[in-house]
Amino acid sequence: MSTLSPVSWWRNPWRKPWGLMIVTALYLTWSLLPVAVAVLFSFNAGRSRVTWQGFSMRWYYGDPLRSVWHDSSLHAALVHTLWLGVLATAITVPLGVALALGLDRWRGRIPSGANLAVIVSFVLPEILMAVSLLFVATVLVSPLKLGTSGQVLGLVTFQLSWPVVIVRARLLTIGRDYEEAAVDLGASPAGAVWRVLMKLLYPAIFASAVLVFADVIDDFILVRYLSGDSSTETVSIKVYNTARAAPTPALNALTTLLLVTALIVVTLGYLGYRWFTRGEKGAGAIDVFAGES
Amino acid sequence: MAEVETETDRPVPDELEESQASRRRGAEPEPQKGVGSRWLWGGLALPGIVWLCLLFIAPLYVVLAIIFGGIDPILRQPVPVWNPLDWDFSQFNFVMGRIFGPDPYFRPAMIRTVAYVASASLICLVIAYPVAYFTARLAGRWKGLLLAALIAPFWISYMMRMLAWVNLLQTDGLVNKTLSAGGLFNVHYAWLQGHSTTVILGLVYGYVPYMILPLYAGLDRAPTAMLEAARDLGASRFQTFYRVTWPLTRTAVVVSLLVTTLPMLGDYFTVDLLSGSPSNSMIGNLINNSVLTPGETGQAGAFVLIVLVVSVIPMFIYLRSTRSGTDIAV
Repeated sequence: MSTLSPVSWWRNPWRKPWGLMIVTALYLTWSLLPVAVAVLFSFNAGRSRVTWQGFSMRWYYGDPLRSVWHDSSLHAALVHTLWLGVLATAITVPLGVALALGLDRWRGRIPSGANLAVIVSFVLPEILMAVSLLFVATVLVSPLKLGTSGQVLGLVTFQLSWPVVIVRARLLTIGRDYEEAAVDLGASPAGAVWRVLMKLLYPAIFASAVLVFADVIDDFILVRYLSGDSSTETVSIKVYNTARAAPTPALNALTTLLLVTALIVVTLGYLGYRWFTRGEKGAGAIDVFAGES
Repeated sequence: MAEVETETDRPVPDELEESQASRRRGAEPEPQKGVGSRWLWGGLALPGIVWLCLLFIAPLYVVLAIIFGGIDPILRQPVPVWNPLDWDFSQFNFVMGRIFGPDPYFRPAMIRTVAYVASASLICLVIAYPVAYFTARLAGRWKGLLLAALIAPFWISYMMRMLAWVNLLQTDGLVNKTLSAGGLFNVHYAWLQGHSTTVILGLVYGYVPYMILPLYAGLDRAPTAMLEAARDLGASRFQTFYRVTWPLTRTAVVVSLLVTTLPMLGDYFTVDLLSGSPSNSMIGNLINNSVLTPGETGQAGAFVLIVLVVSVIPMFIYLRSTRSGTDIAV
């Protein structure tokens, strides 16, 4: 009966890792349950955020004054958040992809300095960039103005490192054979980049667009410092301003809508990424959506 | 959390010299093995580099010009001084004096920042390492699903996650109700009224997901064969971990600490939402409170400079130490 003794159980290298399993399960519960409760209370019939009073869509469109649909300050925040996401993604991705291609192949002092700047901007606390751009907007006379334009310029600067990192990781796996073959077959270098390399980079470009968009709509620090007035407030600013001041579940409804948008975008992005990389060995890994390429 | 290739000693592609040579001869640059010229790659990189110079590097200089600049005596507006030779160090010295000097007005917040960030990072590591280990090594067919669940908080806005806790931690909220166990006890703990514990746990909750991902990547990369070899050669479970797994993932641990600690240094909203009391404020709160106050802009700049120096130095040490190792996972 030695198989049942605690000592042999402990020594058995194939036993189930119960301890780690429990830690992981507890972590996941702790990590996701509060958000699930917040989503649940966005459907509360009463205005309490702590007592369940029945299911309703009151805080989405039912309430004539305070629902997301009817309170213009709430849905304007949602629209502005998504608009910033679209604008910032549309500028960041082409700029970042070109920068990634350039930095990957161009050797010298300037590109290695720029490379360092990209890495530093990737991990630097966001508040530093936000304060420095706020100073530029308030102290200098420059095209950078508080409001939508300032927010977009700041977000693009902050997000630029994402496409650079992802595209460069992909460039490493592609190698140089395809473009060399294209040039050998008569393409110009620019033509080889445009017609061969770009096609191979589609998955990375697509993944970085999804990442940038999902990141921008969750941004808080930059967007808050560079917002001029209440017309350029986003969902995260609304939450920050009202979370402690007895808000209604409409705030939960607003954040739930943002959450649903982000999850739809990321899911579509993941499916799209799998479609782009179909047939590739080891591709379709979910890792890339953690910036993990 | 992807790999960035640093400048390695990869040889300069020979086509550069060749294309230059052909230009010197006045001939059409013939495409050689290896593609593109310095002009093509430089031209592609140029817009991005200009963008970074104008909107990332130059604004940092503006911060310096404001810290070491003056204040308009009537409007209390900052007056930037562009020439480093004319810099006036009085605002910076004022802040430094109140951190290190005899009137330590800002010192408690500095000490709190270090204490909060250090303890939150350590708790993060203690939680994240086992979870990442389980996911990378032992999850089997559940790996994909588990990874998706671990990444999910990444896509839920930080503010929403904090809002969720603000609601749960109300005095009549679900946490106290759960702790009361249906009237068995009478718990009315005011979680949100200036408690360090709440702030630290809030920071942990907020930043743990960012730590799990690089750890997962590091553990996933570590070769299983080595661990099996260690066990085969007679190492115990703990010896295997201590002598093989841990050294193999040390880089990933450093990276994961870096990506959670640095953003925490600039955090002010977690304190604002979960404590609301100046007795818990960190350096981020000092920045946030002074940046829009007339006459205190230079002080905000000085705090920004402190955070910048404190966060850039470990990063450069790290980059230097991995020079030879070719890749840094950021």
